Amino acid sequence: MDVEKYIASGILELYVAGALTEEQNREVHQNALDYPVIKEEIIAIEAAILELSQVISPKISKKKGFDDLKVRIAYKQDSKVRSFNVKRTNWGAYTGWAAAILCAVGLMWFYNERTQLESNMKMVEMENKILQEQIFEARGSLAKSDELLKTITDRNITLVALNGQEVAPDSYAKAYWNKESKKVVIDAQGLPEPPDGFVYQVWSLKLDPLTPTSMGLLQDFVKDGNTIFSLDNPNDSQAFGITLEPVGGSATPTLEQLYTLGVVASS
Amino acid sequence: MELDALIVRFQKKDIIAFERLYDMYWDNICGVINTIVQDTNLAEEIAQDVFVKIWKNSASYNASKGRFFTWILNIARNAAIDEVRSKSFKKQKMNLSADYFVGTIDDSDSDQIDIDTIGLRKLVKNLKEKCIQIIDLLYFKGYSQKEVAEQLAIPLGTVKTRNRSCISQLRENITLEWM
Repeated sequence: MDVEKYIASGILELYVAGALTEEQNREVHQNALDYPVIKEEIIAIEAAILELSQVISPKISKKKGFDDLKVRIAYKQDSKVRSFNVKRTNWGAYTGWAAAILCAVGLMWFYNERTQLESNMKMVEMENKILQEQIFEARGSLAKSDELLKTITDRNITLVALNGQEVAPDSYAKAYWNKESKKVVIDAQGLPEPPDGFVYQVWSLKLDPLTPTSMGLLQDFVKDGNTIFSLDNPNDSQAFGITLEPVGGSATPTLEQLYTLGVVASS
Repeated sequence: MELDALIVRFQKKDIIAFERLYDMYWDNICGVINTIVQDTNLAEEIAQDVFVKIWKNSASYNASKGRFFTWILNIARNAAIDEVRSKSFKKQKMNLSADYFVGTIDDSDSDQIDIDTIGLRKLVKNLKEKCIQIIDLLYFKGYSQKEVAEQLAIPLGTVKTRNRSCISQLRENITLEWM
């Protein structure tokens, strides 16, 4: 190929102008690859057009610059990001709601825990109270027992055994009489539970003639529980008897309901 | 070679390479657009649009179809011509086709005062009016040989060679300018 003639034809100028057909373009491109001279000529022509278009370009340019272009390119990405952001906002809302629900559940849990703890504390307090009462009672009963023991072991005590009579032959009782302090302790362990509406009454007896004097009632007699009773006895007793009487007691003993009787040994 | 490598990187969506190409060609593209729209502000806007388009369509460029500059030159011309053809523009400017890029050199009242008129005068000195017209139509307006022949009333067969001699004259002026 006559390269000089080819260059002189002016085809390369039209190539740079973009005025050739696609087929001609491919041909020139191939020739430029094959002949460096052709490529150099193309570059020189292009340089002339670049120079010319350079001088006709606005010089006091309000050129927005590449940053503006980047923004405009990224703008489309931005809009994608923005639509993504909408989703993210939704996520934020969901998270917010989730947090609120969690918070509410948490508060309820705490409330329940608190209520539980409060009731537990009340129960513990009640248990404490009961224990305190039990301790108090125990202390009381211990004091009573001490007193009782003291009473019955006193050297001035006279022990009187009361034996079962016709109504209740198996019954028995004991009377610990302190003549000094004028007190009698009755141990009614051996008496049966009194029927409803009845109560045991203790009598101090003079035997000749038979003169009964009421010493008091065995109130709140509970079999296997409260069977020890302390009564005053200012009398010069010769015997003690226990009868079953209607609630409130009687002025005179009902001898048919004499459960136990014991004579004081003469000292 | 450096340009070829740059174009390859640009086609792989390398923003740095794109910025270099932008810096290399922005003035040229804006200048060409301005010869069509005759409005520097508008020309700058269109130039930005053109580069956005170039970025978006980077994959469609193929070296076998022509020079990279020719490719973006074509995109720029089409964008500018589309703008001129739009109705809103027609209302503003009616008689564009009569203007050539050097036609504004002596217009002291035009908005072309921000153009390097001194440089332009040096480049186009000794160039016949027909040369300026041919160059303008072929390179800046995107006319075909046939369209140039019809526009300038010259034989179709002479467009190619006359253009060759016009460009040669321009190159000479540039060489003198550099020396």
